[in-house]
Amino acid sequence: MPKPILEIKDLKVYFGGGGFIKKAPLVKAVDGLNLTVYENETFGLVGESGCGKSTTGRAIVKINKITDGHIYYNGVDIDTIKGEDLKQYKRDVQMIFQDPYASLDPRMTVGEIIREPMDIHNIGTKEEREQRVRELLEIVGLKPDHIRRYPHEFSGGQRQRIGIARTLALNPKFIVCDEPISALDVSIQAQVINLLEHLQKEMGISYLFIAHDLSMVKHISDRIGVMYLGNLVEVGDAESLYRHPMHPYTEALLSSVPIPDPKTARQRKRIVLEGELPSPINPPSGCVFRTRCPKAMEKCALEKPQMKQVGDRKVACHLYDDK
Amino acid sequence: MEEIKDFELTPELFEPLEESEKNAEKIAYESKTYFQDAWARFKKNKLALIGLCFLAVMVICCVVIPMVSPYTYDGQNMAIASQNPTLAHPMGTDRFGRDILVRVMCGGRISLSVGVIAATIALVVGVVYGGIAGYVGGKVDMVMMRIVDCMYSIPDTLYVILIVVVFEPSMFSILLGISISSWMGMSRQVRTQVMTLKEQEFSLAAFVLGASSKRILFKHLIINSMGPIIVQFTMLVPSAIFSEATLGYLGIGLSVPQASWGTLANDAKGLVATRPLECMWPILAICLTMLALNFIGDGLGDALDPKKK
Repeated sequence: MPKPILEIKDLKVYFGGGGFIKKAPLVKAVDGLNLTVYENETFGLVGESGCGKSTTGRAIVKINKITDGHIYYNGVDIDTIKGEDLKQYKRDVQMIFQDPYASLDPRMTVGEIIREPMDIHNIGTKEEREQRVRELLEIVGLKPDHIRRYPHEFSGGQRQRIGIARTLALNPKFIVCDEPISALDVSIQAQVINLLEHLQKEMGISYLFIAHDLSMVKHISDRIGVMYLGNLVEVGDAESLYRHPMHPYTEALLSSVPIPDPKTARQRKRIVLEGELPSPINPPSGCVFRTRCPKAMEKCALEKPQMKQVGDRKVACHLYDDK
Repeated sequence: MEEIKDFELTPELFEPLEESEKNAEKIAYESKTYFQDAWARFKKNKLALIGLCFLAVMVICCVVIPMVSPYTYDGQNMAIASQNPTLAHPMGTDRFGRDILVRVMCGGRISLSVGVIAATIALVVGVVYGGIAGYVGGKVDMVMMRIVDCMYSIPDTLYVILIVVVFEPSMFSILLGISISSWMGMSRQVRTQVMTLKEQEFSLAAFVLGASSKRILFKHLIINSMGPIIVQFTMLVPSAIFSEATLGYLGIGLSVPQASWGTLANDAKGLVATRPLECMWPILAICLTMLALNFIGDGLGDALDPKKK
């Protein structure tokens, strides 16, 4: 049994609700999420825009405040760690951002950007840091003479690799990848994905890989979790989930993935979801997916389906109640 | 249609990269820092460049002329009182026989340093205050900004006059008055900048890396707001010079025989009808310097705004 590195228990992240004169509406971005990532594993988190997958990632690195529930890193609640332990946590847990054009400080040279984590945590002497920056540049496939360049002089893929070099500077154990490839060209995506896979093999890093492109997620992930409106609807082994989706939402998502073979593509049936993602301010009663679900029943409006083990995976759907 | 079959990749299927492909990661053009870039754009703006040259000449004159001139700003000589411009006195003399050129240049020393020092104080206070309000946000921000609103609601001139009257007219009280009345604009500007920048991914990245708030605020947010801050600064200098000139003209500026451009104009205002030149010199100096500073500010605004790139 592999050891869990990160456990999320009943996580809730709400926004708004404040306001001086009039209360702002409460947005339930993440609402009761449970999730475990094991050591040396890649957990893919998919779902459409606004389903709360980025919020989950940001709660892990403490950018977003947790409203309720707990996130345990190696068994310790991250909300309670302070002082030296918090510093260690910040070294262990890193994040790769979505937009390589916004995630690098435009006024710093590449050398300064990659050295910054070591400056913050006071690691090594000046020469050692310089040396490490060169090493890191080499790991991500950039040239040492790029050190004095500014981010705007690089392409998107190169910048994303600079961002990756920065996260690696502290030898992290867990990296939240928040759609690291969605802002890149398809030809560059493979570059970054291969780099991430290679690093995992070399350094034994665990990833929480957030994306909305299912085919790429399947390629890199060991397990996949499908999110809808602030909660997981299905979790399972990447390969088997991709082959036999159980939740109607997963099915719909998968049917939208293009197949690079015209024969199979013509045969299959596309499931087109009706309507918009309901507002997380006022989510539907019972199962949140029922408003768009082609297989919705009476029961779905009344009762919220619980996550349960069905075969080799976990599904939250009333279709599998009696099984 | 033929079926696409899976096939195995063998080493023979690969061929080595061509030499030219190996340099794919190389960047051909020369690296330029942000300020080198900005300078290149600034140079293209002729008006701003003229302004900068004029200002440089003015500063040099203010420093050098009183030093090399045989006359001093307070040396009276009734024998040559109220002369029109001559070779010995290019701007003429006043009714006490003092050389007007030297007096205008000495006045320039005071006016310009009041402008720069007051603007610098306003800059430091405004950046720190606005930076903290914008970064901390929430209730702290609300309280801090309401204080600024309250201070804004009192006219600038009233502050300056009150402070100068209470503390006796001197360099210190004038600087204090002008700085107190001009840092609020800067703090608002910085706050807005910091609020937008702190949501950007690079400052979130610094947070995730474990950077302290102080580091994020000063190393990332303020540095990245430098453009608008510098532009605001170049606009603060002329307005401070103006405030000081207004005070001088109203007669509550520096006391005689010290002089700034404002007090010089005030001294000569009674002679507008009979000797308009004497009044014109300090006013001309103020106007041209204002114009130059405004051109520079404008040019800098264009040069430092990355969106115009």
